[in-house]
Amino acid sequence: MTAATTSHHPEPAPLGGRIWTPFTGVLALLVVIMLAVLATRFIHGIGAVTNLSDGYPWGIWIAYDVVVGSALGASGFTVAFITYILNRGQYHPIVRPALLTALFGYVMAGASVFFDIGRYWEFWHIFVPRYAQVNSVLFEVALCISAYTLILFLEFLPAVLERFGMVRIRQKVDRVLFLLISIGVLLPTMHQSSLGSMLLVFGPQVDPLYQTQLLPLLFLSSTIGMGLAAVTVEGSVTSLALRRPVEGDLLAKLMRVGQFLAAAFLIMRFGDLAARGQLGNLFVARPLVYLFWVETALFAAPVVMLLGPAGRRPSRFFGAAALLAAGGMLYRIDAYLVAYNTGAGWRYFPSLGELAVTIGLIALEILAFIIAIRVLPVLPKMSRRAAPDPA
Amino acid sequence: MLTRRNLLKGIAGGAGAVAATPLCKEAQARGAHQLPDDAVGLLYDGTLCIGCRACMSACKEANDMPAEHTALAIGNYWDAPLDISGKTLNVIKAYRSGTATHKDQEQDGFAFTKVSCMHCVDPSCVSACPVSAMTKDPHSGVVHYNVEACIGCRYCVAACPFNVPRFTYDQAIPKISKCQLCQHRMDEGKYAACAEVCPTGATLFGPVIDLKKEIERRRSLTPGTQTTYPRGKIGGTDSFQGPVAHYVERTYGETEIGGTQVLHLSGVRFELLNKPPLPKVAPARISESLQHAIYNNLIAPLGFLGTLAILAWRNMRPKREPAPAGTAAPGPTKPDGGAP
Repeated sequence: MTAATTSHHPEPAPLGGRIWTPFTGVLALLVVIMLAVLATRFIHGIGAVTNLSDGYPWGIWIAYDVVVGSALGASGFTVAFITYILNRGQYHPIVRPALLTALFGYVMAGASVFFDIGRYWEFWHIFVPRYAQVNSVLFEVALCISAYTLILFLEFLPAVLERFGMVRIRQKVDRVLFLLISIGVLLPTMHQSSLGSMLLVFGPQVDPLYQTQLLPLLFLSSTIGMGLAAVTVEGSVTSLALRRPVEGDLLAKLMRVGQFLAAAFLIMRFGDLAARGQLGNLFVARPLVYLFWVETALFAAPVVMLLGPAGRRPSRFFGAAALLAAGGMLYRIDAYLVAYNTGAGWRYFPSLGELAVTIGLIALEILAFIIAIRVLPVLPKMSRRAAPDPA
Repeated sequence: MLTRRNLLKGIAGGAGAVAATPLCKEAQARGAHQLPDDAVGLLYDGTLCIGCRACMSACKEANDMPAEHTALAIGNYWDAPLDISGKTLNVIKAYRSGTATHKDQEQDGFAFTKVSCMHCVDPSCVSACPVSAMTKDPHSGVVHYNVEACIGCRYCVAACPFNVPRFTYDQAIPKISKCQLCQHRMDEGKYAACAEVCPTGATLFGPVIDLKKEIERRRSLTPGTQTTYPRGKIGGTDSFQGPVAHYVERTYGETEIGGTQVLHLSGVRFELLNKPPLPKVAPARISESLQHAIYNNLIAPLGFLGTLAILAWRNMRPKREPAPAGTAAPGPTKPDGGAP
């Protein structure tokens, strides 16, 4: 066995309890609506349910479900990095929930790609060297995301094996876990930065405020911030919903790192705009500029909110995390959709069908998370010494 | 303690290095692509075009494309596309201003332009495609689409600055549509149907080098004088006499994103024809240079992985005996690994 048995942390354990509640029922209903829309999509084509066009060939199924969804899923690799690579063992209690959030985030991104690509039955071409096109940023992203989703399954496998008492296999998995964790940090570093690089080939079609060779660094830094924010929000909400104490110290420390990354993002972004002589364009009255400033405010707010000892209060770091996650989301949606303009005459706003699928996928993710923490050892077992949270 | 300094230390050796590599180098490491030696293309001279759209109908027939019914086609009896689409590879569009009485005049005039694949020297669609469905022929330079390889991701549609590859959104089994310069007719010893059928030589097929010489020739003549225009393909037998037009300075396609094999001449500014100026450097070149710098033979990623693996192994190995002092992370936190 591993050192986990000698750890001072409470071991993870299934929560148990009822799975079907009015809340999970609503989630299931949203999933059913999504399935109905998808049936139409697969029978009559993408145009039957989406507002996509040759001017906006990508919509929210890519910009939100894949680009934002996987960035929020960065919770898994950031927490794994901190816990195992930087050796901060005290973060152990949040590793499993973070990996689980990441796993569902990536599976959702993968599912959405499958719905979005027109010739989905040919998807395996990505994995066949005969078709490989190594200059394509999307090739790298697709390969990397697929591989990472597999790694996430394996990283989470110990929880499943533990639940079903498969000690032998569990020990084998544990032995290579260090390698899985390492690959599980490398791959998201690569594809999360590449999700920014993907916009480079769009050239002048992406507004100069957003089109920059710094895209990979801007995406990577904001992804890590979003991942940490997602862990913090998810940890806080789970604790509140289950009336458990918030892992206040841990989350507060995580958000310190988030604060640093938000600041780094802002410095890089403004430095880049200044270097490219674009600062003057930040004061032109047009929608994209307004959105730019909203993003800037959303990234700047956590930096300010978390200054000083007040930043350790759960209400503070929860709010800061929510704002940071929102900032990262808006930045991605803006970069992929609002800043993208392929010529006059094209419009895009997601259709009800597109929204239904995105909402259905989010509902499925939450539903799967609820079921998983009830039947699998994900959250730390509550011990008597755990005092109720004062907040 | 997890501090910013520690985090930075951890990142600095790997992630930061991976992502920051290109910033230290010349960002355009990958050279510009050159025009293939046997490149063929089209010259579209808007001043010769009479807007008859014979090229559009010939294109449909040659490529077996379906008719497209729009508001123009009353009763849906005939093909009337307003733009290129999943069903239409080539469209002639008109610019009109005020009374629209004079051809190739910006005020109170009208002009024609052609919309179809430009067959870029350094195509964004080819660089974008993850599964090699878009390829550039190394000899003719024609940008081909292979439906068998395509997964329908539409990255090519999004990437093309000319907005050319189109997608059949209304099909359950969709595909990309784009002009392939009638490659199948070239294989039969013929050439692009749009050029072959053009009655005024406005669309002219030929080797790109010869097309460029023809552009130079036309520009060197005095507007208003008579000259001989080739019709169909350059170097063919068919020609006619006509007046020399006044051209705007720019040749569209000469430098746009590294140059194209379809070249346009016009009597009115290209901005009016919905052909805005584009940068000279191909976005594909910028994108690939950055990718190649980061993933140069996978050296940086593998180095990063090695660093991660060593740290993870040290931190996560089973602790049967107390670790010797100084090997594990120092500080107030004791090493505490184990499975997640």
